[in-house]
Amino acid sequence: MSQDPNAKVGIDVSEVGANAAETGERDLSDHVDVVDDHEAFHEPPDFHALAEHGHVATQLDLDAEPIITVDNLKMYFPVKSSGLVRRTVGHVQAVDGVSFQVPRGGSLGLVGESGCGKSTTGRLITRLYKPTGGSMMFEGHDLAKLSTSEMKPLRRNVQMIFQDPYTSLNPRHTVGSIVGAPLAVHNIVPKDKILPRVQELLEVVGLNPEHYNRYPNEFSGGQRQRIGIARALTLNPKLLVADEPVSALDVSIQAQVVNLLQDLQREFDIAFLFIAHDLAVVRHFCPEVAVMYLGKIVEIGDRETIYGHAHHPYTQALLSAVPDVKQAAIGGRRERIRLEGDVPSPINPPSGCRFRTRCQFAQEICAKVEPPLLQIGKRHKVACHFAGELGAHPATPVTTDLLGVDDQGSPVPGATPSNTQLTGPGYEKTWYDLRSKQTTGV
Amino acid sequence: MTITSPSSAASQADVDGPFLQVEDLTVTFPTQDGPVQAVKGLSYSVELGKTLGIVGESGSGKSVSSMAVMGLHDAKSSEITGSIRVGGTEVIGLGESRMRKLRGNAMAMIFQDALAALHPFYRVGDQLAEAYAMHHPKASKRDARRKAIEMLDRVGIPQPDRRVDDFPHQFSGGMRQRAMIAMGLINDPSLLIADEPTTALDVTVQAQILDLLQDLQREFNSAVIIITHDLGVIAEMADDVLVMYAGRCVEYGTTKEILTRPEMPYSWGLLSSIPDVTASTDARLIPIPGNPPSLLKPPSGCPFHPRCAHRDKVPGDLCVTELPALTPASNRAGHLKRCHLPNPQEIYQLEVLPEIAPDLAEEIR
Amino acid sequence: MFAYVVKRLLSGVVVLFLISMSVFLLFWYGPSEPAQTICDNDTSNRCTPARLEVFRENLGFNNAWYEEYGKFMKGVVAGREIQFGSTTKFDCPAPCLGYSYRTKAPVFEEMKDRMPATFSVALGGAFLYLSLGIPIGVAAARRRGTVADKALVSSFLVISSIPYYLFALLTWLFLTISWEIPLFSDTGYFPITDNPAKWFSGMLLAWLALGAFGCTSYTRYSRGSMVEVLNEDYIRTAKAKGLAANTVVYKHGLRAALVPVITIFGIDFGTLLAGTIFTETIFDIDGIGLWSLQAVAQRDLPVVSATALFGAAVLIISNIVVDVIYSILDPRVRLS
Repeated sequence: MSQDPNAKVGIDVSEVGANAAETGERDLSDHVDVVDDHEAFHEPPDFHALAEHGHVATQLDLDAEPIITVDNLKMYFPVKSSGLVRRTVGHVQAVDGVSFQVPRGGSLGLVGESGCGKSTTGRLITRLYKPTGGSMMFEGHDLAKLSTSEMKPLRRNVQMIFQDPYTSLNPRHTVGSIVGAPLAVHNIVPKDKILPRVQELLEVVGLNPEHYNRYPNEFSGGQRQRIGIARALTLNPKLLVADEPVSALDVSIQAQVVNLLQDLQREFDIAFLFIAHDLAVVRHFCPEVAVMYLGKIVEIGDRETIYGHAHHPYTQALLSAVPDVKQAAIGGRRERIRLEGDVPSPINPPSGCRFRTRCQFAQEICAKVEPPLLQIGKRHKVACHFAGELGAHPATPVTTDLLGVDDQGSPVPGATPSNTQLTGPGYEKTWYDLRSKQTTGV
Repeated sequence: MTITSPSSAASQADVDGPFLQVEDLTVTFPTQDGPVQAVKGLSYSVELGKTLGIVGESGSGKSVSSMAVMGLHDAKSSEITGSIRVGGTEVIGLGESRMRKLRGNAMAMIFQDALAALHPFYRVGDQLAEAYAMHHPKASKRDARRKAIEMLDRVGIPQPDRRVDDFPHQFSGGMRQRAMIAMGLINDPSLLIADEPTTALDVTVQAQILDLLQDLQREFNSAVIIITHDLGVIAEMADDVLVMYAGRCVEYGTTKEILTRPEMPYSWGLLSSIPDVTASTDARLIPIPGNPPSLLKPPSGCPFHPRCAHRDKVPGDLCVTELPALTPASNRAGHLKRCHLPNPQEIYQLEVLPEIAPDLAEEIR
Repeated sequence: MFAYVVKRLLSGVVVLFLISMSVFLLFWYGPSEPAQTICDNDTSNRCTPARLEVFRENLGFNNAWYEEYGKFMKGVVAGREIQFGSTTKFDCPAPCLGYSYRTKAPVFEEMKDRMPATFSVALGGAFLYLSLGIPIGVAAARRRGTVADKALVSSFLVISSIPYYLFALLTWLFLTISWEIPLFSDTGYFPITDNPAKWFSGMLLAWLALGAFGCTSYTRYSRGSMVEVLNEDYIRTAKAKGLAANTVVYKHGLRAALVPVITIFGIDFGTLLAGTIFTETIFDIDGIGLWSLQAVAQRDLPVVSATALFGAAVLIISNIVVDVIYSILDPRVRLS
């Protein structure tokens, strides 16, 4: 009975949640039993020491080789009809031809609104789903093609951190068995070596190593997320897929976890695919960012380009929508691009450019021809016929020469589309200069 | 303990005074492990046409205090003292039937997760119409429905005459929150409390909802309280800010004051622990150490002292032994803070700002 | 929805087919010899091996099982002729579930005769399950945590941990035998068409026993469900609209709280309709339950397989009905 994780809290099972209705906050009982944080400061914390612990934004390592190269990745979920015989009547094109690279020890941010396919992409890379098409090259193996059993030895290299620390940990297992489970499953260390490794991991993520025999409900949200991180680290992964790792946490705790992830990245040279809808957190954590809309990457580039010189109208709208603390000094709302309506259904996405239905610059060509993800700078690709900086979008499409179409998107007879270097992952040495409409390079 | 009424300090040239006036509000819940004081000695006020932002972590009492204003706490399992005056009416101790006439009528509340907050089994239109009919007993069913469609249209739901018969799960996340707002505003409330109205939403949808709230506030001239943990939302929406920690007000003032010249280390911590989309990439992300405190066993003295990184700058162990009073900040009227630090301004500008916003610190120098 | 019901009915037919076959096989290859029982029965315990052989031949036990099963299925669909002994022949019209070895009466006719008794028990019991269980459960949920609530919950827990047959037997012993309460003196089934008052008083004790026992579970289900629902955000929203407490609890709370209760109830009601063996035995009601018990004791194969099929059919139908009700209560559920 003493092993029952709920016994300790002393709440009548039938009464769980009963108080919440009256208090309006569900966290009261949570705080009752929260164990001391290992790094909780019993001494008064010193601001300078604290500040040194805090990290500045992660910088890009230009020389890093890619650890994973994702090429034209697709995931279609079948939609079944109702009725006596259930036929497949369509597909949710959750991810439709996504290509990118994550540098070894670096991080790529994946942003976009719910339903854009960023979480599905993460789940494909950890092979929680088997892709419909495309390839994911990881150290010479194509993860997209491997069977589940072939995948097993590789799984340890690619691990995942989940969003919700309350539901992603089994409440009936101790922290020790949660964190140690991967070791047992993969038969990596002898049984008596598991506990020392678990304690080492708890220490690494800033938890008290003596707490290995406690249950998840004895920890706060931030501490639970640390447990989830420790579990992901158990097998020394080379790539971590972090799916909204901080969005379920209190603001003051978010920074703790982001700093921890930065520490771990430096210490263990882990690459991150960092999936989040919080553009500010992604900006801090990821030197490179990809913006997704309706299953496709619409713009990808390094931090300075995406946040400072975005060329896609969707990226611009997304950035302008983020409320800014600095606005307090000025007062009122920030100038913003208003997007009307909702994201269209991924079952029947719009023809041509998928963003055109909500885009203020959309013209005939956008409905006819899908814009390629075109490299337009050293580390910058964008998929838009009218790509340009905010307030400087061109009046005529920039892609016509490349695609062999006229301004309305109809094919020009005799024109040969030059389809080089348009959709591959990674960046080429040469790119298409928007101003001169010529291929240039360094 | 000194209770300073902030309204006197922040009062403006409004003859009728603030629409909502909360004074010395304390909310206590008896639990198996002893009484929990979720809100302690809280005072604030909101005028018509103005917006107050309440910031704090979970358990800080920001939702509990607003639920007390709405009278949503079960009288049997909560103890509420102090004073809450809504449009001149004292709400604490008000009979249930009179309270019901105010609730949803003069004051309304919209909640965070609209999918959970709307009844899954009833049509959106019926839920709106019910709120209208409740406070307009003479209105016919058709009137109530017409009003529901009108409100759905007002909050920007396309084809409101058709969508009125949809169930909440048939709406998108943004539309559900719009419907929630429509329901809150259907009786023209003078006070609207929005509890994390955009937390679960995507940024572009959040922007739409915030625009909508602002438009509606201008139109109805209502007093608005926005509860959020997002300082960006506060910066763009609120006129005044109330920072809560462990059930108490720890800093209170105009938005510009609080977000540009904060004087309480917890507020600094909030600012330093969120990255900014436009900040310098040299800005450090400095977390607040530790976890929010237990309300059952709140820390002695200043409730923030176990997590405070500036405690060493206060002589003696004042922070551990004595709760700081809510006092006016350095030379600025209407800005209140609860902290023992003698020179907070200096510390913020010389120590904190260079780490969290090197660009701003440069400007000030 | 229509397509869904059709689909479920079709799969129900398949299930019934499989059940009928397994019951048939169990008896065919089972340890007992139905022919022996019938032979003893018909010859007043002077069954000789020669006579037994005649019975075996006539009952078809000398044929392959599938041949006999085929005949049985043909009877269900189109009717057939059945021969007992050497001379007696019976015409059994569809749906022919066979003839009772014991009474030599068509099983389907016998079942039809017993259905009103079982349905009377089931309807009255089920009515009490809900009409007592739900209001008590809701009242307890609204007073959750109080002394009254705790006393109720624990005393009901005690009742439902008594085995049901003991509870029913004690009810009967005390109310009818020891205290000789006149209202409960004459239990049993009397056709409602003959004398409604007598039907009522005959059933009353069975209903009370069943209802009192069953409502303890329903109180707990509905209390638990209601407590959970009252914590939902939409209940807080309803309060924030200014609705009266009763509107909040009954209009917004109860409908949601009923969904899980209805699911359990559908299965329970199906079980009741299939025959309540203990209730019918203790209160001397000649329904399907009592009948099936007797048939098992006397190895009356056609009756046993008929009651098993009947029970399965009732459960399948009540499951479909539950799903349909579920989809009506909760618009998020789409049947497909």
